[in-house]
Amino acid sequence: MPLKKNIATSEAGFVFNPATGDSFAANPLAAEVLKLLQAGHDLAAIRAQLLERYDVPAHQLQHDLDDFIWQLTSFQLLEE
Amino acid sequence: MLTIALTGLNATDSPGAGVAVARALREAPGRAVRLVGLSYEPLEPGIFLPDFFAKTYLLPYPSAGSAALLERLTYVQEREQIDVLIPCFDAELAHFIRLEASLKALGIRMLLPTANQLASRDKLRLAEFGAAHHLPVPATHALHQPADLPAAAAALGWPLVLKGRWYEAETVHTAAAAEAALLRLAARWGWPLLAQRHLVGQELNVAGLAEGQGHLLSAVPMRKLTLTDKGKAWAGITIEDEMLTELAQRFAEASRWRGPFELELLRTAAGELFILEINPRFPAWIYLAAAAGHNQPAALLSLALGEPVAPFGPVAVGKLFIRCAWDLIADNEHFQLIAGLGEV
Repeated sequence: MPLKKNIATSEAGFVFNPATGDSFAANPLAAEVLKLLQAGHDLAAIRAQLLERYDVPAHQLQHDLDDFIWQLTSFQLLEE
Repeated sequence: MLTIALTGLNATDSPGAGVAVARALREAPGRAVRLVGLSYEPLEPGIFLPDFFAKTYLLPYPSAGSAALLERLTYVQEREQIDVLIPCFDAELAHFIRLEASLKALGIRMLLPTANQLASRDKLRLAEFGAAHHLPVPATHALHQPADLPAAAAALGWPLVLKGRWYEAETVHTAAAAEAALLRLAARWGWPLLAQRHLVGQELNVAGLAEGQGHLLSAVPMRKLTLTDKGKAWAGITIEDEMLTELAQRFAEASRWRGPFELELLRTAAGELFILEINPRFPAWIYLAAAAGHNQPAALLSLALGEPVAPFGPVAVGKLFIRCAWDLIADNEHFQLIAGLGEV
């Protein structure tokens, strides 16, 4: 479920979709996930990396990741 | 130094394009330009921008006819030696097209659509134009009198959009509201009016320039970010959208359009794209196109002078315009001169 190639992200966590003109502000963790998606990591790999780095129950992370991916989909930021 | 005359100095909340075109022309690469304003009202804001316009003249209203316009422009030409004139209003275009040869004989060049091209994208004929060229246009009915409304409403459903022939539109939800709006719009713009299917979605625009042989030279897609209560864009952003560029290309090919144009579009949540209107002139936000690397007014100037113009490259995506309400201060004498003598 990769990020669309033309999506622009900045170090400060801003996301711009040039096809729709929409801009978004991502918090640091969301920006980290976006960077991993942009680098081509799949969701399982991202989940594993986050579990390793953060003190979070697996089911909570899964829930938050699902929610985040749903948001990215609804904002038309992911490849179909 | 070229002298360029412009109309559309009404940089108001429902703005003409003249000031934006002037701004783009001042940045035309390799050109020195002197700008002359042509105005219909003595309080059009562009008149009070002396850094932009070396001189401004009042013109007779379009309702005075082509002969009155030619007489006035002959007077202006004797004083200003205009090289190129860029009309920026829909309602004046038919006169300028009619006067193209006469003005050329005076030394004034223009780049305009033909009378047939202008008529083909008229609001009254847009649905027909769309059907003929496979361009998506919402179902539209012409209303020649109040009695035409019930049949149009039955065909289009509620709510529907009522539009004046030249400007203004209102969305109405009931027959009573429609009848009142119909009378308001008819009083301002005359008959016929238009009833159009109401669509909900994202408003998008494309500013385009074509050379008259079916080739599109530039298309700059823009998404409106904020709207005034008149539905005019107060902020917008350039976007990358192949569908919009392709639609502009299809329009330029189908109509063999000559000159600037603006496509007003709407994309529904289902992704359907509709052409709501085709404006036969630069939009008021045209300076954004110049800022995004497509200085269409500068390119139009070259075309009007008979110089070759290559198609523009990619648009700089993500450029925003944000309109600014800014009070100009002028001496009363400035106003008196334009209002009393018709020139300043």
